[in-house]
Amino acid sequence: MAEDVLCPFCGCLCDDIKVEVENDQIVGVKRACKLGSSKIRGHERTKAPMVRKDEELVETSYEEAYDRAAKILKDAKRPLLYGWCSTVCETHKKGILLAEEVGGVIDSTATVCHGPSIIGIEEKGLAGSTLGQIKNRADLIVFWGANPAEAHPRHTLRYSSNSTGMFTPDGRKGRKVIVVDVRETRTAKNADKFLLIKPGTDYEVISALRMIVAGKGEIVPEKVAGVAKSDLEEAAEMMKAARFGAILFGLGMTHSRGRYKNVDNALSLVADLNGFTKFVVMAMRGHYNVAGFGQVCAWETGFPMSVDFSRGAPYFNPGETAACDLLAKREADAMMVVAADPVSNFPRATVEGMAEIPVIQIDPFPNPTTLLADVVIPSAVCGVEAEGTAYRMDGLSLRMKKVVDSPYPTDEAIIQNILDRVRRLGDDN
Amino acid sequence: MIIKGGFVCDPKNGILGEEMDICIECGKIVEKSVGGDVIDARGMLVLPGGVDAHAHIAGAKVNSGRIMRPEDGRRGIEPRTKLLRPSTGYTVPNCYAMGYRYARLGYTTAFEAATPILESRHTHEELEEIPIVDKGALTLFGNNWEVLECVRDGDLEKLAAFVAWGLRASRGYGVKVVNPGGGEAWGFGGNVKGIDDPVPNFGVTPREIIRYLMRANEILGLPHSVHLHTNNLGKPGNYETTLETLKAVEDITASRDRQVLHVTHMQFSAYGGTGWRDFESKAPEIAEYFNHHDQFTMDMGQLIFGSATTMTADAPLEYGNARLLHAKWSNHDIELEESSGVVPLVYGRKMPINAIQWAIGLELALLTKNPWQVIMTTDHPNGGPFVNYPEVVTLLMSRVKREEELKSLHELASKRSSLPSIEREMDWNDIAIVTRAAPARILGLSEKGHLGVGADGDVTIFDINPADVDPSKDHRKVKEALAKARYTIKAGEVVVRDGDITAVPQGRTYWVDASVPEDQAEKVRADLVEKFAKYYSIQMSNYMVQDAYVTHPRVVKAGVI
Repeated sequence: MAEDVLCPFCGCLCDDIKVEVENDQIVGVKRACKLGSSKIRGHERTKAPMVRKDEELVETSYEEAYDRAAKILKDAKRPLLYGWCSTVCETHKKGILLAEEVGGVIDSTATVCHGPSIIGIEEKGLAGSTLGQIKNRADLIVFWGANPAEAHPRHTLRYSSNSTGMFTPDGRKGRKVIVVDVRETRTAKNADKFLLIKPGTDYEVISALRMIVAGKGEIVPEKVAGVAKSDLEEAAEMMKAARFGAILFGLGMTHSRGRYKNVDNALSLVADLNGFTKFVVMAMRGHYNVAGFGQVCAWETGFPMSVDFSRGAPYFNPGETAACDLLAKREADAMMVVAADPVSNFPRATVEGMAEIPVIQIDPFPNPTTLLADVVIPSAVCGVEAEGTAYRMDGLSLRMKKVVDSPYPTDEAIIQNILDRVRRLGDDN
Repeated sequence: MIIKGGFVCDPKNGILGEEMDICIECGKIVEKSVGGDVIDARGMLVLPGGVDAHAHIAGAKVNSGRIMRPEDGRRGIEPRTKLLRPSTGYTVPNCYAMGYRYARLGYTTAFEAATPILESRHTHEELEEIPIVDKGALTLFGNNWEVLECVRDGDLEKLAAFVAWGLRASRGYGVKVVNPGGGEAWGFGGNVKGIDDPVPNFGVTPREIIRYLMRANEILGLPHSVHLHTNNLGKPGNYETTLETLKAVEDITASRDRQVLHVTHMQFSAYGGTGWRDFESKAPEIAEYFNHHDQFTMDMGQLIFGSATTMTADAPLEYGNARLLHAKWSNHDIELEESSGVVPLVYGRKMPINAIQWAIGLELALLTKNPWQVIMTTDHPNGGPFVNYPEVVTLLMSRVKREEELKSLHELASKRSSLPSIEREMDWNDIAIVTRAAPARILGLSEKGHLGVGADGDVTIFDINPADVDPSKDHRKVKEALAKARYTIKAGEVVVRDGDITAVPQGRTYWVDASVPEDQAEKVRADLVEKFAKYYSIQMSNYMVQDAYVTHPRVVKAGVI
């Protein structure tokens, strides 16, 4: 039995999982949610490296796969190295070095996730805390465009609405919960106050709340985005009356109309509320280590995502240097996808861009991106078959454990092998 | 290796500018060289490698600064080379730029000034990526629940055991205390107003926290003293709190041959006035106190005009900064342990407050008679980035330079400070003390900051001939020479030649392993088991920094047994 194992699924990064191991096989997983348990138990794997020959993916050796990957990256003028959300920080470091060496662009899945949140933070800063601070102190939780009941199943019990702590001994009973969403989610059903807003109106609703909080409610119309002013007034009053409030926002805010401006406005609302009481805000990050890529990329390059090394020095300009920009404008002429599945998540025009260029995939599992890949390199599952560092959604770094051995190399080792070959190709030229 | 014929300042060993040879073998200073490189240092200044005892160079708040300030990242960009990774940033450089820039300035050691235990893994991840320099991190204790409870219960022995455990858990080097009690109060948006203002929910005062932590520090015989960021920092009139704090601990004695308390970035704690309108320097009062109390040390926290990124565990201060300046504001509270904040700002020459702050840092260094008591820092990047150290040195060495600068500042810098009347100009030995010997002594790094036999082979050679150059008049030459070391030698390896990086070795990370009696350790463990079960959001077994994060450790032993 392995104790206190970290779960390699969502941004909750639960670290209390028990994994039963017999003969180096996982036979049981305790405490994890369904999503995490399924990943730890494992499912269909890519058995061996593959390269595309005559339109078909055929199995090959790791050596040949590394050679092909290195040649693709070396021959490309504008390679894009993308993904990184479901692997450890040690892989990120190697990936950034590889991007430097090939003069490529590196970007993470944040670009189609909480990238707008990061841009919002660039505008306003982030008044946040660790999750334990919310657990111990928060008497008001606002879930905005976030549905942890489905996406982060243990969040409410471990960290937020239903958790208990030093100043919150009564758990859910001692707290108020507000949910803002475009539909009545399972999370909304657990709320004390639910604001059902029209899709794409987050900015207006936040602005109205800011006006009311600032004592300028008279300029707010009777109905905002389908919500009665009286409901907004009640929500604003609950926020001001809290001893410690927290806004936890999801993709409903960052990927509806307004995007980073929504986040900018929400961060401003939280700053405003701190004039009355204590308030913090946090992005509900999706994959378990998408936050880690932002951290590693920031300390290595100065910027958290969308970094272009074509000039030898980091250049950062999302809108120009993000993965979707490069693919939609057909700039990228090769792509390496590590621990992510852009074909499932990217806009259609960018996936069409991927189909036109050589794609290398490094991942333990087959996924729709595999269908487009020219080189497929299977890897060990981080947090189950390989150890390393991950950052929880609140920016807390933890060490993931290795529970069982793996016949597959780690992501880090794979990238090191490709890097070595890229360097050798460079020496030959 | 032998460094021949340089003008050597090694004040710890009583060498005050003598022409002599320095020999290094196997990374250490030795009597006689057995071969290797010969560096002709005739007509050049030879100093021990620089030691920065207080800078914010690694960890969550530094990275928050980078993430919220892409506009800063775009400054100071240098592309990668065959040897070097790319550099970015001015106030919040990337990790590589930190190492390269310190080395170019002749610095070979730098300590991160504040890390919460819970987030120390992150701090070490960044420290590992900073090349060349040796480093370490000071661990935050001043708002930790276990500390507050030990103080409340009057259990000094248990507190000492917890401090030892916290240092081990964080792989930390010393005890940092920031706005004691204020960080806990900030958990509900409050603060403490002075050293006798009780901390909400815990019923202890900052005075008690400081005293207990100092006493625990001395029970453990740690190499460094308590490193204090005072209450009320950054506020007009706070010099009274500062003096009151120092007076409150006058009876505590050091367990080792060093200060009993280091008050950090004193510039921010030496303010008079009842508000911003009558804001004035009280540096002379602080310096006068230090001139009569040699058990205390401080660092300058010198202000540099231009862009800065303020970052501190003093979260209420940062909230105040953001409100005052309408600036971007990041805050980060750490469960059971600390709070923190980050606010970018610009210090202006014509801004009366900034101009007076600039004068205060210099007054502190020049009015305190003993240079071993005041070391040079800019509290990077709070007062300004460390790349400006050559500017600070010239200000300390040249009254002419100070007068030139004062002319470009708001007139209140002259009226509300005593700087215009200060004649003192530091000499090269003073500079060797405030940038090398004293920071090493204050940190308790016996093999740093000097060139005696057995010291680390860390040497800086500046292309300046003290026989020809009068730093008072030729301050431009001094600044130019200090900005680009002719040679920086780290553990016997040339890492900088003519201002260019020539090698990027991995430095070591200092941390302190202090032993305590098993019964006290057991009491702490029992407390912590309960805290992790009820309050922390992670498991106790996942808390401590693993060895994988400190790949080149230099473990310093201390403790009770």
